[in-house]
Amino acid sequence: MSQAYKIKSYCHIEEGGLSLNGQVLYADTSKPFAEFIKAAYKAENTKYSKFFKMDNLSKLAFLAADVLLKNEKINPEEAQDIAIVFSNKSSSLNTDRKHQNTIEDSSNYFPSPAIFVYTLPNICIGEISIKYKLNSENSFFIFERFNANHLKTYSDILLSKNKAKEVLCGWVDFDDEGHYKAFLYLVALEGDIDNNEQEINKLYNI
Amino acid sequence: MHKVHVSYNNIVSALGFSTDEVVKNIASGKTGLQVIDDKNIFQEAFCGALIDNQALDSAFNTLAPQKDYTRLEKMMITSLNEVVKSSGIDLNERVGLIISSTKGNIDVLEPNNPFDDSRAYLAELGQQIKSYFNFKNEAIVVSNACVSGVLAVSIAKRYIDYGVYDHVFIASGDVVSAFTLSGFHSFQALSKAPCKPYDANRIGINIGEVAASALITNDTNSLSNDAVEVLGEGSSNDANHISGPSRTGEGLYRSMQLAFKEAQITSKDVDYISAHGTATLFNDEMEAIAFNRMDLAEVPLNSLKGYFGHTLGASGLVETIVGMQSLKNQTLYKSAGFETLGVTQPLNIIEKTEQKPLQIFLKTASGFGGCNTAVLFKKVN
Repeated sequence: MSQAYKIKSYCHIEEGGLSLNGQVLYADTSKPFAEFIKAAYKAENTKYSKFFKMDNLSKLAFLAADVLLKNEKINPEEAQDIAIVFSNKSSSLNTDRKHQNTIEDSSNYFPSPAIFVYTLPNICIGEISIKYKLNSENSFFIFERFNANHLKTYSDILLSKNKAKEVLCGWVDFDDEGHYKAFLYLVALEGDIDNNEQEINKLYNI
Repeated sequence: MHKVHVSYNNIVSALGFSTDEVVKNIASGKTGLQVIDDKNIFQEAFCGALIDNQALDSAFNTLAPQKDYTRLEKMMITSLNEVVKSSGIDLNERVGLIISSTKGNIDVLEPNNPFDDSRAYLAELGQQIKSYFNFKNEAIVVSNACVSGVLAVSIAKRYIDYGVYDHVFIASGDVVSAFTLSGFHSFQALSKAPCKPYDANRIGINIGEVAASALITNDTNSLSNDAVEVLGEGSSNDANHISGPSRTGEGLYRSMQLAFKEAQITSKDVDYISAHGTATLFNDEMEAIAFNRMDLAEVPLNSLKGYFGHTLGASGLVETIVGMQSLKNQTLYKSAGFETLGVTQPLNIIEKTEQKPLQIFLKTASGFGGCNTAVLFKKVN
């Protein structure tokens, strides 16, 4: 249980910027989120049509995961044993509010399955699992603020109990247009950064 | 490594406010489901299982609360209070708290709700429960669709096995709200009559509400008379579709394989399956395929959705607790609503409540996002 695991790579999307391992890949702070994320998707040559039906949280999580896993040369056509452990503060509230708006006025009542299905935070894990054929362990946790201790402990548990070979974990939060952030990182046996609370917090705050 | 057990527990539901009362009602064939035609709850009549507001307020007020709590918080505090009290455990830093819910206080978004919208943040729900009981550790909130309740048991076991905690209290709950009803209604999934899991004449799902709580512990001095050992657990994603289950039952099959591997037992050792059984064609069929792939077709199986409805983030835990009572009472409870097999693969659905020697049961759950969880439990003698 004392095996020390490593962080192989990490990805951030926040404030109109997308970066991988600390290097900016795309930035445009002038655009609203919907336009920014679409432009970042195009800049990364992502080509995945399901992306456009996703809600904001899933777009955020999916693009961060895709950029990171693509860089790791993960082949989406091959089954992988990568667990997904995500966390955030706002659950799916951004989409919850949209669904609530569709039912509030009985004279203008239009709830839609296409919106309702995204009123769960773990749907974004499902989206990533579909693209990368991850028939693996997955959990979504909610905390008041970023909790490096929990992510470190939980990824250690999954790896030491052989529940997965690698763990894609981190924080994906979309509260509203002005408050969103993705910070994902991949934990494995080998890598350059120690998987400890201090390093995780340092990377989160980059 | 010490064994991990599910011990003291409680259910607050339409069928009663204690596990014993709920199980007596199930044994006598009573259901919590009824047709509700109340525009204040939902614009259309629906069939669901609701907790009586007066009964809830009266139970909650005996705790002499010092401030206002939401309906869900009242349910969860009332339930968890029974478990904390009967366990007698000191809530020190070796004691964890897990909250399992899909939507938490989502009803505060309704315009007439007196609570501030900020109460809808799930961490706020965790904080309210933590503060009420004075837990030393921050609540770990799990929101993983309809597997949340049983996944919480897996997570508690993992934390205890890893040495972080000696005891973990789980409080799970979701309320029936216009939010959830309108969403499932838009999927055309809601049944207007009591649901019929695995039945040829199934008519869709019912939504229900419960709060269920349990103590997970490695301390053999903290075991209740219905305690069970957690033998093994596993989770796996279908990687197939976000709102429909895999047609091959892949994620559920893999979850069960992982649970059996950890438990070091085989399908032949299982005496009873507490399945998910939402009573939608796709779910029931997917489960039938997965259970057959695991050679579990002959094991007696039920869905408890015909008693509680689908209670979302609490369903996995409330169904685990009823499964514990099956082992304690050596009784298989009838799968309410079932008459004629309506899946393409054989399943041994429990058609009448009867006594039977039972040692080990399997609990499974599946949910939106493609998630699946399976956990194996063994009777403590």
